[in-house]
Amino acid sequence: MPDKNALKAYWKENVRYLIILLLIWFLVSYGCGILFVEQLNQVRIGGFKLGFWFAQQGAIYSFVMLIFVYVRLMNKLDKKYKVEED
Amino acid sequence: MDVQVWTYLIVGVTFAIYIGIAIWARASSTKEFYVAGGHVPPLANGMATAADWMSAASFLSMAGLIAFSGYDGSVYLMGWTGGYVLLALLLAPYLRKFGKFTVPDFIGDRYYSNVARTVAVISALFVSFTYVAGQMRGVGVVFSRFLETDINNGVYIGMGIVFIYAVLGGMKGITYTQVAQYCILIFAFMVPAIFISIQLTGNPIPQLGFGSDVVGTDVSLLDKLDGLMTELGFTAFTDGNKSTTDIFFITAALMVGTAGLPHVIVRFFTVPKVRDARLSAGYALVFIAILYTTAPAVAAFARTNLMDSVNDKHYTEIPEWFGTWEEAGLLAWGDKNGDGVIQYRPGKVFAEKAPVFSGEAGPSGQRLVSNELLMDNENELFIDRDIMVLANPEIANLPNWVIALVAAGGLAAALSTAAGLLLVISTSVSHDLVKKQWLPDLSEKGELWIARGAAMLAVIVAGYFGINPPDFVAAVVALAFGLAAASFFPAIFLGIFYKRMNKQGAIAGMVTGLGITVFYMMRYKLGWIGGPVTADDWWFGISPEGFGTIGMIINFVVALIVCHLTPAPPEDIGEMVENIRVPVKN
Repeated sequence: MPDKNALKAYWKENVRYLIILLLIWFLVSYGCGILFVEQLNQVRIGGFKLGFWFAQQGAIYSFVMLIFVYVRLMNKLDKKYKVEED
Repeated sequence: MDVQVWTYLIVGVTFAIYIGIAIWARASSTKEFYVAGGHVPPLANGMATAADWMSAASFLSMAGLIAFSGYDGSVYLMGWTGGYVLLALLLAPYLRKFGKFTVPDFIGDRYYSNVARTVAVISALFVSFTYVAGQMRGVGVVFSRFLETDINNGVYIGMGIVFIYAVLGGMKGITYTQVAQYCILIFAFMVPAIFISIQLTGNPIPQLGFGSDVVGTDVSLLDKLDGLMTELGFTAFTDGNKSTTDIFFITAALMVGTAGLPHVIVRFFTVPKVRDARLSAGYALVFIAILYTTAPAVAAFARTNLMDSVNDKHYTEIPEWFGTWEEAGLLAWGDKNGDGVIQYRPGKVFAEKAPVFSGEAGPSGQRLVSNELLMDNENELFIDRDIMVLANPEIANLPNWVIALVAAGGLAAALSTAAGLLLVISTSVSHDLVKKQWLPDLSEKGELWIARGAAMLAVIVAGYFGINPPDFVAAVVALAFGLAAASFFPAIFLGIFYKRMNKQGAIAGMVTGLGITVFYMMRYKLGWIGGPVTADDWWFGISPEGFGTIGMIINFVVALIVCHLTPAPPEDIGEMVENIRVPVKN
């Protein structure tokens, strides 16, 4: 069992991951899909206006990727601090 | 074979599967009844969560909603998927580590208080009951439209099926039926979408199809639709009518509410390990995203098809399906200018929510409506939004078995969500009230029987509301999210991430958050308090649907202030919090 300081460090790293991932989460949905949708709509990808695409497609794909990135990061972190379940 | 026979066949087979699974997965202990023994593999839990989550509304109504609101419909798409990121990152792993049965369990233990537990139970019951009534109604509606039975008989059949597998199998039975239901509903949603995407754009992937060029032209489908709409005076499909502020707040309320819904959270108690909880949240979102990224494409296809085949056409030359859905009361035409041509424009045909038919046929053969036509606009076409998913296969001329499949899919979506909610209701009663508060000495066997009894009672109450829907149900379902956002999310989040949070803070936060949100809804949505209101009276221009975000912020602020004016929580709570933050035991 790791000691108290190691657990503190584990938690600190975890929270840092969370902050970064949630910033991206905010950016792709509230940022690209809502606040800056007008500006992004000036840009086109294929037959889509970019802002509209983010709001109805891109944000959702990003959410899926964010969770899987988080799963990977945490599995590594669990190993690093030897707190993974067997 | 005709549609009726196909529908009976497919629906009959799916029901037989659900009952078979229920008999195979009987629960023999409370742990099996509440959390399926904690043995569900992450992939299966992901599917079950997706079916649990996607309700009759997601399956039948959401694409229609987007078809008629365009960009504004993004609030549902982002709101009902983005919440899973919050769930996976902020709640699920820690609640799994905590390792008990219910959300009130966590709140009651973390805040060392039966008052907190009771507040959580009341919120859970309120959220779940408002939501489940809609599902039972959904079952009835699908039955009545596809099998021409009475809505009420449909509700009875739905009650019977849910009763068998929820009461018998508890969470174990529900989980494995939900896996089957997910497969059926996603297949039923995707098949027509792929067919229609190929027809309109030649691209078999609907997610790409609605940005591809329309067959035989070099204009993309969305551009064509925008063009059609602006030409007739509608707002373009890719632009919205709602203010940015309102879109922002509604999306946030739906996201945070999703993360706070008890029937979704409990699904993460059913996996064996903490890392399974994280992973299964990822799987769940993949399975949900398949439907949620297809829905806007279906919406755009359906709206285009509808305008192409009906607008500015003579009634006598439009396709046959128009008559079928006119018969069902989901379409109606009031020929305001008497020219025999259907004009589809912005505005309401009549003031009422649904057409009333006089029983006579008009000069072109249409069903005459006796509603008074509003002459302040030129629109002559009434469309019920639910028609978009229901009638899509017919509008696109797809084979009969596809239409039957849509019926089975709608039923799967409604039944799976209803079962998950009923389980939350029954556990709240048997575990959080009876076992934890009233009869702590109750044997496990006794608790299991009470859980079954409570599930039975909940099915009956839900069925009653399905048959006699209170007027406010439709309005309140969307608001259930606001309530979940304003009550559970802050309490659970602070319980994990803020060790200093004590019971006084948590209770004060939940009560004020919930209180102000309920007040706002009664005042501005239901009109039960004070005089009539318009959108101009909303605080900061935030609609009742988005107010849950404000409720949540108030919950956080009040909890933090009260927490610092009152004593710190006992030491063993600090240890408990440290313990749930790490996957292994320490």
